[in-house]
Amino acid sequence: MSFAEYSESIAEGDVAIIYLSHDSMMPVKVQRGAQTQTRYGVIRHSQDLIGHKYGSKVSCSKGWVHVLHPTPELWTVSLPHRTQILYTTDISMITMMLELKPGSIVCESGTGSGSLSHAIIRSIAPTGHLHTVEFHQQRALKVQEEFMEHRVGNMVTVRNQDVCKDGFGVSGVADAAFLDIPSPWDAVGHAKSALKKQGGRVCSFSPCIEQVQRTCAAFTDHGFSELCTIEILLQVHDVRTVSLPVPDFGPNSDLNRDQKRDQNQTQNQNQSSPGAVTIKTTTVPREIPGHTGFLTFATKPRT
Amino acid sequence: IMADNGDDDSQYRMKEGDYVVLKRGDIFKAAQIVAKKKVIFEKQWFFLDNAVGHLYNSTFEIHSGQLQLKKTSDTGGSADSKEAAGVDNRNIVDDGKSQKLTRDDIEMLKEKGLKGQEIIQQLIDNSSTFKDKTEYAQDKYIKKKKKKYENSVTLLKPSCRILAMMYHGREPGKICHLRYDTLAQMLTLANIHAGSKVVVFETCAGLVLGAVMERMGGFGSVVQMYPGGGPVRAGVDSFGFPAHFHHTLHEFPLCRVNALLNGTLEAAGKDPGNSRAVQRNSVWRPELLTLRARSQRSQRRGRRRDEQEKKQRLDERRKKLSAAAAVLEGRNADGLVIASRFHPCPVLMGLLPLLAPSRPFVVYSQYKEPLVECYSKLKEQGGTVNLQLTNTWLRHYQVLPNRTHPVLLMSGGGGYLLSGTTVASGPSKPGQSKPCFSNCRTCDSAV
Repeated sequence: MSFAEYSESIAEGDVAIIYLSHDSMMPVKVQRGAQTQTRYGVIRHSQDLIGHKYGSKVSCSKGWVHVLHPTPELWTVSLPHRTQILYTTDISMITMMLELKPGSIVCESGTGSGSLSHAIIRSIAPTGHLHTVEFHQQRALKVQEEFMEHRVGNMVTVRNQDVCKDGFGVSGVADAAFLDIPSPWDAVGHAKSALKKQGGRVCSFSPCIEQVQRTCAAFTDHGFSELCTIEILLQVHDVRTVSLPVPDFGPNSDLNRDQKRDQNQTQNQNQSSPGAVTIKTTTVPREIPGHTGFLTFATKPRT
Repeated sequence: IMADNGDDDSQYRMKEGDYVVLKRGDIFKAAQIVAKKKVIFEKQWFFLDNAVGHLYNSTFEIHSGQLQLKKTSDTGGSADSKEAAGVDNRNIVDDGKSQKLTRDDIEMLKEKGLKGQEIIQQLIDNSSTFKDKTEYAQDKYIKKKKKKYENSVTLLKPSCRILAMMYHGREPGKICHLRYDTLAQMLTLANIHAGSKVVVFETCAGLVLGAVMERMGGFGSVVQMYPGGGPVRAGVDSFGFPAHFHHTLHEFPLCRVNALLNGTLEAAGKDPGNSRAVQRNSVWRPELLTLRARSQRSQRRGRRRDEQEKKQRLDERRKKLSAAAAVLEGRNADGLVIASRFHPCPVLMGLLPLLAPSRPFVVYSQYKEPLVECYSKLKEQGGTVNLQLTNTWLRHYQVLPNRTHPVLLMSGGGGYLLSGTTVASGPSKPGQSKPCFSNCRTCDSAV
């Protein structure tokens, strides 16, 4: 197992994702002799996990769960939050708009909980490298530890420094740079010098429009081109079977029409009670995240 | 750490035969640099010959059909003659008389060889209302005119980002109206990465296939499943991949999937009825079409040569088929990506068995209802978890000092995605021993 390469079976030392339901997953470090409590009962690593195939079903005392191979996307929805994190919808856009691919050299700050970092590493593996900068020491140490556990440590360098003051620790090597910090305009110059002289792509994520304004001004001042600010939101559709009651309009003298309606009703009434129609449809959640942040992209021209 | 990239710019320079993307403003067009080959872009025709040797991202001006490198100094420069400006628009009346230059005058200026910049200056000088416009309105005016009269073009290195935006802007019908952000979601939801084995079925001109190949960087293998005659992948060429990328690409006809899954593919290969299918197929393949046309022209050269060619073609096809079959046979693919004009339900059900357990899949459809059907079917038959039916909402912003707001027009929709993860289909059926959360909600709402 690695976050950048699939394996067939679960081995000791792997990080596996226990799937309880679509909104409840937990990462588990697989260790011989260890046990994990879930709401469906206990999972014994030696018997239930090690040697089994990823994707298998594990029976517990009160039900069963599935063990999944980790992916950056599953990690994003199950990782321990130490900060606000980026989710897959924004991450997807960042990955495409920064033109990440195997071999890309990428700079990122801040690392935060590492949600985006894992997705970046997956996309640039096996020949690329991520230089990630986090000013919070514990967070930097913790995420470094996770990269090692996830067996992607060789493709990432974590630096514990302030990107606004000290930059990314590299210059002229990056194909892309990403900023998720409170004052991105202070780091635009550092991003520029981290990028290759032949040019590259840059992205800044900010929740507030005032930050976007200042960042765009900084990009323009530093000679960046192709500025583009977007916002992307995910709409989830829940598939439901709903029953719609049909009101009674009383008897109708027009026989023809009556017969037709009766026919229609019997057709639709396969599984529903009389006077109701059952349909398969989708509903949207009552509340959804209506804002994550603005994504500003720009191109560094050749210097 | 300092860069070691020295002065080796060779990979950043355009060569003959390279695929490039022409860009003016928000308009893109894919093209190939071929000597003495005319391209038409934005109603203008020109040759790309002069681009050879220049760096990617260079901007050129078009002069009598030839590209001329634009000097960097006047790339961003506008008519920076910020003089008088009005406070508001109370004195501006649209009577159609504010511009003193007529259409003919402007044509004359063009014929005289005036550059876009100079024409715009003439338009400003001859506009009676320009100086009364607010500073912001003046900016907007200049921008609008620039778009109309500048005849420069920038040549870009193709990428998934650029091609996805290009197709969406120019020919959305060719890519089933798949919006670029939706494609971006697909690539992550399917965990496309180097070294994996991915099955792709698309009728998006090859854009989706190319996007998958770009993300795999020539590591691993991709199998393109195709309907009918042969795979369509003109869009893949536009990515301009190095030759070794194509060694990782396989193709397999959908009409043989059942045979593959039943283990009867070998037998079917020897079936005489099958060679008829292959013959019919060749009609649909553009490269074979030209082959066919050529062979018609040279009918005099005799039948034997024709027969030989046909046999060679058949052999090659058979070889390709068995190579792809070998990749698929283990039913251990790492990812499945579907984006087609076909009904997604049978496609998904037909291809899902090719995936290993605990692997992601994603299905695109322009319409939601067929994906609802897929969802229900999968819930019913089991073998998948983490099912999600989604679409994304995308909005662009104009960011300018004191004039920041969402762009007035936005895309109404970018299509729908159904994504999920395969699991080993165990003995017990889903929902039997464990109350499945989502099932419960479905029941509740049905009451």
